[in-house]
Amino acid sequence: MTVLESPLSACLTLLALWLAIGFCGVLRPNSFRLIARVLFPLGASCGALLAAVAAIGIVSPAETVTLLVGLPDLPFHARLDALSGVFLFLLGAASTGISVFAAGYFRKGQGTAPGLLCLQYHLFLAAMGFVLLADDAYGFMVAWETMALSSYFLVTAQHGLPEIRRAGFLYLLIAHLGAISILLSFGVMQGGSWQFTFDAMRAAHLAPGWAAAAFGLALVGFGAKAGLVPLHVWLPEAHPAAPSPVSALMSGIMLKTAVYGVLRVTFDLLGDPLWWWGLIPVAVGLGTALFGVVFAAAQTDMKRLLAYSSVENIGILFTGIGLAIVFQGVGMRPLAALALTAVLYHALNHAFMKSLLFLGTGAVLHATGERNLGRLGGLIHRMPWVAWLTLVGALAIAGLPPLNGFVSEWLLLQSFLFAQEVPHPFVNMLLPLGASVVALAAALAGYVMVKFYGVIFLGQPREPSLANAHDAGQLEKLGLSWLAAGCVLLGLLPVQVVRGLGHVTGQLTGHAVPAVRGWSWLLAPLPDREVSYAPLVLLLVIIGVVAITYFAVRGTYRRAVRRAPAWDCGFVRLDARMQDTAEGFGQPIRHIFQSFFHMDRELPSPFDSAPQYRVTIGDRIWIALYEPLGAVVQRVADAVAWLQQGRISTYLLYSFITLVLLLAVVL
Amino acid sequence: MNATAWTTQVLEVLAALAVAPLFLGWVNMCRAWLQNRRAPSLLLPYFGIRKLFHKDAVIAEAASPLFRAAPYVVFGAMVAAAAIIPSMGTGLPFTSAADAIALVGLFAVARVFLSLAAMDIGTAFGTLGARREMMVGFLAEPALLMVIFVASLISATTALPLITERLATQALGLYPSLAFTAVAFTMVLLAENARIPVDNPATHLELTMIHEAMLLEYSARHLALMEWASALKLFNYACIGFALFVPWGIATGDAGPLDLVVSIPVLAGKLAVAGAWLALIETLSAKLRVFRAPEFLATAFLFAVLGMLVHILLGA
Repeated sequence: MTVLESPLSACLTLLALWLAIGFCGVLRPNSFRLIARVLFPLGASCGALLAAVAAIGIVSPAETVTLLVGLPDLPFHARLDALSGVFLFLLGAASTGISVFAAGYFRKGQGTAPGLLCLQYHLFLAAMGFVLLADDAYGFMVAWETMALSSYFLVTAQHGLPEIRRAGFLYLLIAHLGAISILLSFGVMQGGSWQFTFDAMRAAHLAPGWAAAAFGLALVGFGAKAGLVPLHVWLPEAHPAAPSPVSALMSGIMLKTAVYGVLRVTFDLLGDPLWWWGLIPVAVGLGTALFGVVFAAAQTDMKRLLAYSSVENIGILFTGIGLAIVFQGVGMRPLAALALTAVLYHALNHAFMKSLLFLGTGAVLHATGERNLGRLGGLIHRMPWVAWLTLVGALAIAGLPPLNGFVSEWLLLQSFLFAQEVPHPFVNMLLPLGASVVALAAALAGYVMVKFYGVIFLGQPREPSLANAHDAGQLEKLGLSWLAAGCVLLGLLPVQVVRGLGHVTGQLTGHAVPAVRGWSWLLAPLPDREVSYAPLVLLLVIIGVVAITYFAVRGTYRRAVRRAPAWDCGFVRLDARMQDTAEGFGQPIRHIFQSFFHMDRELPSPFDSAPQYRVTIGDRIWIALYEPLGAVVQRVADAVAWLQQGRISTYLLYSFITLVLLLAVVL
Repeated sequence: MNATAWTTQVLEVLAALAVAPLFLGWVNMCRAWLQNRRAPSLLLPYFGIRKLFHKDAVIAEAASPLFRAAPYVVFGAMVAAAAIIPSMGTGLPFTSAADAIALVGLFAVARVFLSLAAMDIGTAFGTLGARREMMVGFLAEPALLMVIFVASLISATTALPLITERLATQALGLYPSLAFTAVAFTMVLLAENARIPVDNPATHLELTMIHEAMLLEYSARHLALMEWASALKLFNYACIGFALFVPWGIATGDAGPLDLVVSIPVLAGKLAVAGAWLALIETLSAKLRVFRAPEFLATAFLFAVLGMLVHILLGA
């Protein structure tokens, strides 16, 4: 049996290999050489193979298999179709770069032993893979929980620190709230047949109310994993707490399993969504996008900044999903396909860009030991490789053409422009306005990325110790280059990508977006509108103009370049502390979006002998929602604790009363 | 894709490159007249650029390659933007590679590189300017996008020449939505081109400057390219304005060379009026405090959103 005949079994084999690699790590938990030089590179090559096989899976017809694992009467089912294929491709391709980087990244003496980390890491990868392949609720939930637990242990790799343990607990709590919600959603979707295979759920006919309930539960469950507001609170805690390759896996890939889940439930298991369901993800998604990017702009910790930026991107993804549901529900299937293409494209893009940026921060963290933006700066001179590769990711996530972030944004905005044709009053007026929020979030993302990049890599080093920073190692450079190349290729080859995604939208909506018109490098997704985009041409024109200008200027004038101290309006005593800090750079955002933040400010008065300026930023949702909720739980727990008197006689009395009550019920 | 179209395309870009400093000179001239000053020569921007090209470049010791590359990238992005915007004719083959959304993206590329370059040396003014520029940009960019969207909704496309063509060729109708967006666009134009009331192109007063603060460390050819690029940006914005709000007189799709020739004086007339009008606005308004700039831009953004709402409500 060759790979071409059964991509599914090839995928399953690769997932099993990941598991095996993980367990090899435990055999010699402290053998650093084995783990870094053999196991992680092996895992990376599995990832690359998985991407290749998944790409075959996208274009092949759906394939199912019943596995001989699971409970006796409840075997696992697996299925590879276009939707799983595209997310498996994402998992394989992005994890390749991350694993290569991780091979050079994990060092001795970082909390958890390297062998154990290797197990958790590959278990996490394999679990994500099986989430995407599972074809029954049982297998899905087992994989989903394995994914949550293995990532919990990865987050708490440095479990010595109390704040990391706290972040881990918060993550675990919300992950389980989400899991319960997903479980209930599956319970509704089986529709009285008590069959938990996805096939049975596809066949079940639910009353509209129950279908809506299943959709709502799934949205909450997957939204908790994705970090939709107000379930986002764990994300900016857990993602930065983890070691950087794990942050990259979580932000870049794990969040996409939630997107996969919502798409699977809505478009496949439930079948025909009602149009108004889509309004909820649109509204929540737009809110999440704006919230995430505004908070990202105010952060001073580089990894927290990226985590909030992930919240923003999840918001954009869910906005697109909502738009697709609305279009699908009102029967505008080609437009639903367009919105879904934008979602899938953006999921792929974000996997590459965000992994690249997180790994970039990891390299900075290793070189300097600093996560605080206030103690970085000028690293482009010390770590040119990391700086230039990270620049690709930063420009891509800021949505600048001709990189990849722009393509998905462009597709999403194009689909928003059709929203006024939705045949429902009010909705057709309000929906197009969503484009303004997307545009605002995208522009703010540019602000965030200029802050992120400028403060870390440009300017003068803010600490003397930064002079000793060193560039990343070979493997780390390779991993970063892989992801940067992904960003560039996804940006320059939109026609090929959209054509591939057409198989998925074909499966989900019955329509594939036409990728080209006339000329094969021209992305033209709307056949009846003359709208097109060709990033390669754009790039070539810009490069051409730059080259002509450069040679014309140098050839004509031939003037020398002299190096001198910075002019700075003639100011002589320039030092690093005169640059904008991260706080300073975020100040306009704090000022403009004041109502988003809970701010604690301590302003000095002119008469203070030792003036202090301090500002701390809090999340209003945490204060308004989670703290009261926590207080209620605490009060209930306190009340229940009264039962625990600590005397055996009392407990015997409880047992006696229980028995009597039971007897009374039974008899 | 015929020879005429490509000729138009190349000529339009070259014309933009050539005329942009002249337009800037014209605005400055009008400003001087309105302020009862003796006007400098119309050609002053050309002399400035020429002088800068003839100088040796001085670059700060702390500058990275990004600093030296940025002027070329900014200039390249502005030239590519000029290739998208129809100024004389709408038969531009390059616009099938980049539509109006990509145009906004190109402006963003220029802004991001300019800001990054400003942060590169690590001077107080540079980072301050970068921060303020991004602050202006993140509100101006979506406002511009909304302006373009209203025009796209009217003409059912985001390809800029097609928008212009459809707006220019249909019967003269009244578009209340375009009135709102025209106000928004004017505000964005002022903000994005560092004009009063958001920024003052004539000042080097540290506390208020935005655009100039980012260019402080540049000299010679790099500064020349930056100055030329900002003149080109002003010209580009003016042409976007013409394309969306006064498209009449432009040579549309299947026009012959004669129409193109006719459209040149029309464009010159529009530029003359627009320059005078810009100078008038600048003379009549006072520079806002930096903290008030977001309010100004939020107003622009809301005007654009309002324009969209009006379009959807009235269908016009």
